[in-house]
Amino acid sequence: MIAVLGLVVGIALGLFLHPVVPLWMQPYLPIAVVAALDAVFGAVRATLEGIFDDKVFVISFVSNVLVAALIVFLGDQLGVGSQLSTGVVVVLAMRIFSNAASIRRQLFGG
Amino acid sequence: MNEPRDRLVVALRPRRRLRTRAQAAIAALFVLLGLGVAVQVHSNAQFDGLSTAREADLVGILDDLTARNERLAGEQRDLQATRDLLASGTGQSTAALAEARRRADTLGILVGTVPAVGGGIVVTVSDDKGKVDAAMILDAVEELRDAGAEVLQMASAPSDGGPAVRVVASTSFLDGAPGSVVVDGRVLRAPYTILAIGDARTMSAALRIPGGVVESLRGLGGDATIVESSTVSVTALRPAPTPQYAQPALIH
Repeated sequence: MIAVLGLVVGIALGLFLHPVVPLWMQPYLPIAVVAALDAVFGAVRATLEGIFDDKVFVISFVSNVLVAALIVFLGDQLGVGSQLSTGVVVVLAMRIFSNAASIRRQLFGG
Repeated sequence: MNEPRDRLVVALRPRRRLRTRAQAAIAALFVLLGLGVAVQVHSNAQFDGLSTAREADLVGILDDLTARNERLAGEQRDLQATRDLLASGTGQSTAALAEARRRADTLGILVGTVPAVGGGIVVTVSDDKGKVDAAMILDAVEELRDAGAEVLQMASAPSDGGPAVRVVASTSFLDGAPGSVVVDGRVLRAPYTILAIGDARTMSAALRIPGGVVESLRGLGGDATIVESSTVSVTALRPAPTPQYAQPALIH
């Protein structure tokens, strides 16, 4: 419940305050968002499986975001930032898909 | 209701007893997530996407911009040429206006619509016996014109304060009562004063020439005194004639 509330509050903040993304953060924000989404889907799946743990979720969320940002940063430093971003997004998307499939199976018994 | 759905319902149900630290951390993370999503979506919608465009697209955009830039530069050149043309046209019309003013002044002096000042002579013609007639005055005027008088004015003697007449090409001289002539319809009485702007020496020499105006006047019992002056002021004016039949013809 508090997660949904937090999400709504965050989106509302973003929509009404129009914060400007700092320039150094601009390449990392989309990747970080996708990584966070991955963590969220994983959390939903864990909840459905009854193995959700607050601590694990927080750690996975933060580490996901940090690792994704680190990968993009490294890629930028190596000159392959855009390709590596694409790779990260592909991998995260695949994980999100597999989590979503697991969620679906849990919910609908498919 | 199977088991996972129950768990989801339980998870979404507000809890009375919060395990505060973990819950707060999760809430904070989700706030951050929502913020990130909203900001990213907003900034993507806001910017034209150049930062995420592909290289080929960027090249295309650059080409477009270059072509547009060249087109605008050409337009700028055209407009500058037009502006230069207009500026020079203004200069030409200014010069034409100055020329027209100069010509109008010249013509005004000739026709007698503007006052004139300049070096010249003052001729005082006395007529003690009343024998100086219009023809004699006309001779004097003609002599002065031949000698290069540019502006002429005739009046009764200065002390008289009588009417002064600007003598131009169309000025008429008629005999009046003895001792007077009618110049352009105005009666002038002797002695007369003739102001002439021109080369003073030439004019005075022309009047004093043997057998000339001065000698003729003396023969008629009158006299003429000539004073050369560096500033002869001709103030008598004539109304500008308006041609009734003639129209200016355009010369190409």
